[in-house]
Amino acid sequence: MQDVIILGCGVIGAACAYTLSRYDVSVTVLEKSNDVANGTTKANSAIVHAGYDPRPGTAIARLNVEGNRMMEDLCRRLDVPFKRIGSHVLAFSEADLSHLQVLYERGVKNGVPDLRILTGEEARLMEPNLSEAVVGSLYAPTAGIVSPWELTLAMAEVAVRNGVELILEAPTTAIRQEEDGTFTVTTPKGDFRAKTVLNATGVDAEAVCGLLGVHEFTLTPNRGEYYLLDKSEGTRVRSVIFQCPDENGKGVLVSPTVHGNLIVGPNAEAVSGADATENTAQGLSFVKKQAIRSVPTLSFRENIRNFAGVRANHAEDDFLIGESSTFPGFFHLAGIKSPGLTAAPAIAKEAAEYVASRTPLIPKAEFSDGRRVIRFKSLSEEEKRAVIARNPLYGRVICRCETVTEGEIVAALQSPIPPTTVNGVKRRVGAGMGRCQGGFCSPRVQEILARELGIPMEAIPLDQPGSNILTGRTKEEYR
Amino acid sequence: MKNCQLAIIGGGPAGLAAAVSAYQNGVRDILLLERDKSLGGILNQCIHNGFGLHYFKEELTGPEYAARFVAMLKETAVRVVSDTMVLDITDDRVIHAVNTDGYHTIRADSIILAMGCRERTRGAISIPGTRCAGILTAGAAQRFVNMEGYMVGKRIVILGSGDIGLIMSRRLSLEGAEVLACVEVMPHSSGLQRNIVQCLDDFGIPLYLSHTVTDIIGRDRVERVVIQKVDENRLPIPGTEIAFDCDTLLLSVGLIPENELSRQAGIRLDPRTNGPEVFENMETTIPGVFACGNVLHVHDLVDFVTREAQNAGKSAADYLLRDPMPATEAYRIEASDDISYTVPQKLHPAIPQKAVSVFFRVRRTFEKSHILVTDGETVLCAFSRERMAPGEMEQIYLPTALLRRAKGNTLYISCEEVSK
Repeated sequence: MQDVIILGCGVIGAACAYTLSRYDVSVTVLEKSNDVANGTTKANSAIVHAGYDPRPGTAIARLNVEGNRMMEDLCRRLDVPFKRIGSHVLAFSEADLSHLQVLYERGVKNGVPDLRILTGEEARLMEPNLSEAVVGSLYAPTAGIVSPWELTLAMAEVAVRNGVELILEAPTTAIRQEEDGTFTVTTPKGDFRAKTVLNATGVDAEAVCGLLGVHEFTLTPNRGEYYLLDKSEGTRVRSVIFQCPDENGKGVLVSPTVHGNLIVGPNAEAVSGADATENTAQGLSFVKKQAIRSVPTLSFRENIRNFAGVRANHAEDDFLIGESSTFPGFFHLAGIKSPGLTAAPAIAKEAAEYVASRTPLIPKAEFSDGRRVIRFKSLSEEEKRAVIARNPLYGRVICRCETVTEGEIVAALQSPIPPTTVNGVKRRVGAGMGRCQGGFCSPRVQEILARELGIPMEAIPLDQPGSNILTGRTKEEYR
Repeated sequence: MKNCQLAIIGGGPAGLAAAVSAYQNGVRDILLLERDKSLGGILNQCIHNGFGLHYFKEELTGPEYAARFVAMLKETAVRVVSDTMVLDITDDRVIHAVNTDGYHTIRADSIILAMGCRERTRGAISIPGTRCAGILTAGAAQRFVNMEGYMVGKRIVILGSGDIGLIMSRRLSLEGAEVLACVEVMPHSSGLQRNIVQCLDDFGIPLYLSHTVTDIIGRDRVERVVIQKVDENRLPIPGTEIAFDCDTLLLSVGLIPENELSRQAGIRLDPRTNGPEVFENMETTIPGVFACGNVLHVHDLVDFVTREAQNAGKSAADYLLRDPMPATEAYRIEASDDISYTVPQKLHPAIPQKAVSVFFRVRRTFEKSHILVTDGETVLCAFSRERMAPGEMEQIYLPTALLRRAKGNTLYISCEEVSK
């Protein structure tokens, strides 16, 4: 019997696990996928929003601004890429300018520091590649960018190191509340029992809640599609460039990523569920057309990858967080739409208070916080020499586009949450994230995975079970 | 910091030929850096025949062609360091490299860039659909099948009729896979005609010209690929969808010279080739730094790579041991709209050779035609061709004596069909 079960190990589940791992409570995290950060968390704009969008007085406004304040320190402690690069919301018309004023006032009420409304010229002085059609911008210096999957992984790793149990490939298939008020969660990996359940299953949260036999909220999954451009386009803008919402939708952003690429997207389209992550010709061409309005010189020839993520949208203009109205002890952390990534650390703080209402939270005597990752590429020449001398595998470059070494891949395989797939390695060390998209390194990553996990090459999946890259040996019948 | 006279980056066909040539022309202190464990580059996975018809006048496989040059290299005192990745080249010719022995900095008096090219990916052409397993570049598949003994699929659609795609159509058919279609967005193939015949026609694989892949369906692995006919602007035409039930989509949609190191060094690149801009001696915008092979422009035939690399090797020797060419350009070569690029892009003054080789590619198919070289007013020389196609690189030799007759400092190259 655990004190807490967390359903889902995206950024929200991981943030809760990390926060609770400081206390003397027993926690199990059940994740449906074979890796953490594998849903909405890995496929979004990766923005740490300043907090002028949400309506003042809502939880979403408070948690956004608080999450933004927490993010820098959190990322420093956990060695997660984060950059506070600021953001502009562009205005192209008088109507847009008055919308900027609304956002500015909201921001001030929400406690967003240092907001400024700029003229078109002032905005172009800061961002010379902005369109001449830009007549003004709302500049928010506190906006930033982060690596969402590395943040999630880091929080989950520290949680696991501090005693949290993480079970992968454990989708919830049934939940019931026992007579003593505790919950039993059934998964293919067995039954798990706890006093308190946190439902952080993202787009699946409505269905998971439905397993209790109640319908307490409705999610309307919504897909956003993206382009990821090569590093040669990575400095086309220096900050996050938003557009005002208009009749065409919420607007498309253009932003550098913490890895040095340029991200462009998303559109917004209602879809059936979490699995609907395919790209569409219409979606991509919409994104392209909109983005060029902001930055006309964008070169889509430099695109290296398209992707799509599904948002856990809903009709309310707030997150759907709090205790179930029917099942005391079952807490929803649902409807975490944008700016959910930004708010995650603050949401987890709130979730810890929910837990505290049922189980006293006493700080652990020995909590080991923090994390350090060797990223060969970003080391100085002297550090590179030293790390190769210590472990020669750091001298063997596997991913030539991103300069990722075998040493880094082996270190990931020895980490608290080792990857088992090619994409899992990619999210941890960046191999295959570059311009050749794993064309050269994917076979070598598979080799290393096969060697370290002691399984045949053919058994290594790209991502989920069944996504094997190889279908067998050549001349199988003669072997 | 170590020093060397000549450093060659890359031990594929270009690097090998450049090294041998530089040695034969008198350079003794040569260092060849190779990122893979063995020399030969991409030739090692090209186990089909057809290599060497021009250079050796016989038909070799890729590994055999590489082995000939590796054997020649063994006769020299060139030092080979393999399993070594070059991280950076500075504009004053300092090379930063790593391997399991450590971090190395090498100051080279001269450098030959021979890093080859990489394949364009799905992202470059933004194919919609799911991002499941079973989508890979033809070259990656070739490595799996030919070097590592793994199959990449059983029912396969190939997008792109470049040579690697064509070769892999045949290769996978021979390994028992069913290749359902080869799909090409252009109205003509970008591969060699002989490969169309030997790799598609002989195996009954249909070639869909003016078609492209417009959807990929499959949650974990490819289950279906949809293709559509495209109009003259390469946009899909609604209602022309054809679906193939398959488990694999191979992409052979072009090659890109790998010039990240060149860019870091500050070498000027030609946006048409994606390779360095060079003089007739393969010298880049940094004196003493030369480029050859697929890092310079993508070739169809390794035989041409070899010739080009020998030129670079000899030029590096001239630079080091004899009089370096001045870094001034006497003539610029301008291509007409029907020609996608030329290599070299410019010529030195007072070229000692009798003739200079100029490679170029046409943008469309030409029947019987003339290639004209003019100074803008007068035709300096003309060459005739029975047929030219975008998939086949053209080479002409400009007699240097003619250059003295040129007015101004621009040479114009154009093609015109001979009316029947």
